[in-house]
Amino acid sequence: MTCLEILTWARGPGLALALAVAVFGVLLRLVEIQALGRKPDLATPRETSPGSGWHTILSRTLPPPGMVKRAPLTYFGGYVFHIGLAVAVFGFAPHIEVIRGLFGLRWPGLPNLVVDLATIAAIVAMIAVLVGRLVDPVKRLLSGVGDWLAWTLTFVPLATGYAAFHHMTEDYTLLLAIHVLSVDLLLALLPFTKLFHVVSLVMARWYNGQMAGRKGVAA
Amino acid sequence: MKRPAVGPVGSALRESGVSRRDFLGFCATLAAAYALPSSSIQAIAAALEKAPRASVIWLSFQECTGCTESLTRSNAPSVETLILEQVSLDYHHTLQAASGEAAERARDEAMQGAMGKYLLIVDGSVPLGNPGYSTIAGVSNVDMLKEAAKGAAAVIAVGSCAAYGGLPAALPNPTGAVPVSRIVTDKPVVNVPGCPPIPVVITGVLAHFLTFGTLPELDEHGRPKVFYGETIHDRCYRRPFYDQGKFAETFDDEGARRGWCLFKLGCKGPVTYNACATTKWNNGVSFPIQSGHGCLGCSEPGFWDVGPFYKALSMPVGNVKKTVGIAVAGGVAAGAAMAIANRGKKAAAKAAHAKVGVEDLEKKP
Repeated sequence: MTCLEILTWARGPGLALALAVAVFGVLLRLVEIQALGRKPDLATPRETSPGSGWHTILSRTLPPPGMVKRAPLTYFGGYVFHIGLAVAVFGFAPHIEVIRGLFGLRWPGLPNLVVDLATIAAIVAMIAVLVGRLVDPVKRLLSGVGDWLAWTLTFVPLATGYAAFHHMTEDYTLLLAIHVLSVDLLLALLPFTKLFHVVSLVMARWYNGQMAGRKGVAA
Repeated sequence: MKRPAVGPVGSALRESGVSRRDFLGFCATLAAAYALPSSSIQAIAAALEKAPRASVIWLSFQECTGCTESLTRSNAPSVETLILEQVSLDYHHTLQAASGEAAERARDEAMQGAMGKYLLIVDGSVPLGNPGYSTIAGVSNVDMLKEAAKGAAAVIAVGSCAAYGGLPAALPNPTGAVPVSRIVTDKPVVNVPGCPPIPVVITGVLAHFLTFGTLPELDEHGRPKVFYGETIHDRCYRRPFYDQGKFAETFDDEGARRGWCLFKLGCKGPVTYNACATTKWNNGVSFPIQSGHGCLGCSEPGFWDVGPFYKALSMPVGNVKKTVGIAVAGGVAAGAAMAIANRGKKAAAKAAHAKVGVEDLEKKP
């Protein structure tokens, strides 16, 4: 099997399989979570915090007062990584073509230099938060296999994409194939790892905010 | 085909009307292609001048003659063409005047006359499904190839059909077409793929053999690294537009007219290793991307079967929607099944729940 054939498999049957597993897993978990239900709350809802659920979706994106000083690496690392990743995924023209191929949506891509810098920032931030997690005894104690797996699944596509773009090995096609395969793996495992927060984030925040508001706690 | 019968390459070229200036120009091109210093130009010229005329036998199997056309249809006879056609070629059933038994006799004579020394050039793939799919003078391609390869110093598979099977081997490969390297396994085989390959690449390999007495260094696909070492994309004059994020969206939009990158129109330049963007065609006039069409990736193995020509390289190929559609139904059904199972668990837990009152707690065991 040549590198080009591996690449073609990765963006053909491999991608279809990965997407199918991802969609299957996401729907399975969403339906299951929704169907769990809650006991009826017989208390009269407080009316002091209307729209608390929607507000919480945004407010939880910002650090609580004083937390940036206490955990600068966690916050800055997290922001830089997430923003950098978003720029790389949604700003790079070939990535937009993937989305166009799947959903028909398209938008103008960013210049490669911008995407490149964002990718470097995301990679550096990921390494920094990993080191932080390894060095800090509390974080290390709290970390399990799921955390290391989520980090690896995210880091490999970023690193291989960057290496492929810069032709860091002689065989560009092979590196590109590895990059796409790593994305396939990321998609397939997303619903079954902590990466599911990509989907559950909004729902979970809304629920927490709404429940807190119902009890009269400002979001 | 008028051709000097014997003697070194230099005198044969002079007889063919090639000037010293043109000859040195060709040597300079070779030196540049092989990344040699300019001081080596004279050495190459001297070596080529004295090199004995190489005997070349050209066999054509399942092919379209595009490879021969590529070499012979340049607007003026080039040194490359002359070196191959007039200086070295002993047998080529499209180009030679002889036909029938006389032609086949010429092949036999050439083989016997330079046994173990001649270069065998093959274009076209070899059908193994049925020997009768392609024959020359009643001899099947596979038998002729085996016979001719026996006495060859080296074999050059010209064009993607000979190098990788090409169009005849495209799925479902009705003739059972295979590349030359599948048949010839005991001789060095140099692949010069392309549909068609660039003329200077064909003669560049020949000149390397004449000058250095060896074949050029090859990559993992058997291609000379000097010509196939870099991607079209990396040498493309439209590359700056790719870097700026400027793309033609259709073949006749503003971006196309401004010469922006053709990636979104399916250009396979990023994964295609060839020299088109540097040597170009028709004496350096142009190449497909310069003419407004994306690269098809014709010098890569199996290029017919590695995704649609007009889909961007990063776009999904195949029927993703159908597979995902099935997954949607499966995911919802599995979620519902889990919900029913969870409901059953909750009901069982509720039924098993024993209420404990104060009286129960105060009871002494």
